[in-house]
Amino acid sequence: MITFSTWDIVSNLLLAARWTVLLSLVAFAGGGIVGLMLLYARISRAAALRRAASVYIELFQGTPLLMQLFLAFFGLPLLGVEVSPWLAAGVTLTLWTAAFLAEIWRGCVEAIPKGQWEASSSLAMSFFEQLRHVILPQAMRIAVPPTVGFSVQVVKGTALTSIIGFVELTKAATIITNATFEPFTVYGFAALIYFILCWPLSKSSQILERKLNVAHRNH
Amino acid sequence: MKYSFDFGGLLDYAPTILKGIFITVELIVIGGILGVLLGIACAWVRTQGPPWLRPPVAGYVELIRNTPFLIQLFFIFFGLPAAGLSLGEMPAAILTIVINLGAYSCEIIRAGIQATPKGQFEAGASLAMSPFQTFRHVVLVPALQKIWPALSSQMVIVMLGTSVCSQISVEEITFAANFIQSRTFRAFEVYILATLIYLALSVLLRQVLRGVGCLIFPRRRAVR
Repeated sequence: MITFSTWDIVSNLLLAARWTVLLSLVAFAGGGIVGLMLLYARISRAAALRRAASVYIELFQGTPLLMQLFLAFFGLPLLGVEVSPWLAAGVTLTLWTAAFLAEIWRGCVEAIPKGQWEASSSLAMSFFEQLRHVILPQAMRIAVPPTVGFSVQVVKGTALTSIIGFVELTKAATIITNATFEPFTVYGFAALIYFILCWPLSKSSQILERKLNVAHRNH
Repeated sequence: MKYSFDFGGLLDYAPTILKGIFITVELIVIGGILGVLLGIACAWVRTQGPPWLRPPVAGYVELIRNTPFLIQLFFIFFGLPAAGLSLGEMPAAILTIVINLGAYSCEIIRAGIQATPKGQFEAGASLAMSPFQTFRHVVLVPALQKIWPALSSQMVIVMLGTSVCSQISVEEITFAANFIQSRTFRAFEVYILATLIYLALSVLLRQVLRGVGCLIFPRRRAVR
């Protein structure tokens, strides 16, 4: 029987962690772009757009990420669309992230006093100009800590893609366990790597919150 | 390629799905209650508990909040037997949910406790209540009332998260869906149905928690 040293386990986990990081970055960047469009729809003046965006958000927040992954991975091929685990994972996580980010950002936009909207509209700015020059710059300040905090959820969300066969940290841990029969060590190290990835993000979210301290500025 | 939907074939598997729903509900009810109790205990330690107990609890909260539920589940189900603690799939799933929800609800409840005015503690002390009595009778309920919406959201998130328990062969909704899918190859229909069930459950859970909130906090008063 082949024996595996602890370093064998850790190095292979670290190699797989690259894909966790890459998938998180893709999902977060893509989710940011789609989320911005959703935000625009969610607060637009057209009632139909608002309605559609809120249904989208409700659907993605009210159903498990795992189900969304299954629908994309097992469902779409039935329609004749070939989906690789990479594509299914990337697209699903992007859409899922977008729903949450849009809702977080909507809260931040709504925290901006109404007078700002009225002032900018009295300057004959269009809706888009109001957002671009007046509302978003202020909302962004409030949005930074919760957005960074949510990135932790994205990193943890990528663990689910292991179930549809995308080889990232969790899948690698399962594969290594099957070879070494040391689940305690392997899953322990996998958890540690996730912690090392996520903890700086949650910590910086807390620090940013304290630093920007927007919540108590206007009182 | 044309795909024609056929939901009729799923009817034969109604008992499997119903059993799945039952187990999901069981997971969230047991896990939810025990998890919130653990969260209250941890929040107490982090705000008023003995100082020596605070760092370990803080470490537990950070560790759980920064690792995926799936890894926690695998660690408890596959990893712990190596350390001598062997759990069946259902106890392992419930234990993971309790540990997970405990960490998240600790942070939420702690925020509620810290938002309690200092005068409340002093008022309790001036009535010769012990710190624990003050916490139990004066601080806890208003604190819970303040953070009840956030706690409800977290419970819904945990309920959706239980879909992962199918991976250690807990026979909940996702497990049922996978089982039916492997029998009928009707992936789209099955997963759409399962997704809709989860959606309905999350709406239902929200309503139930709102009702529970009205029961526990009968005096509706303006916060602040």
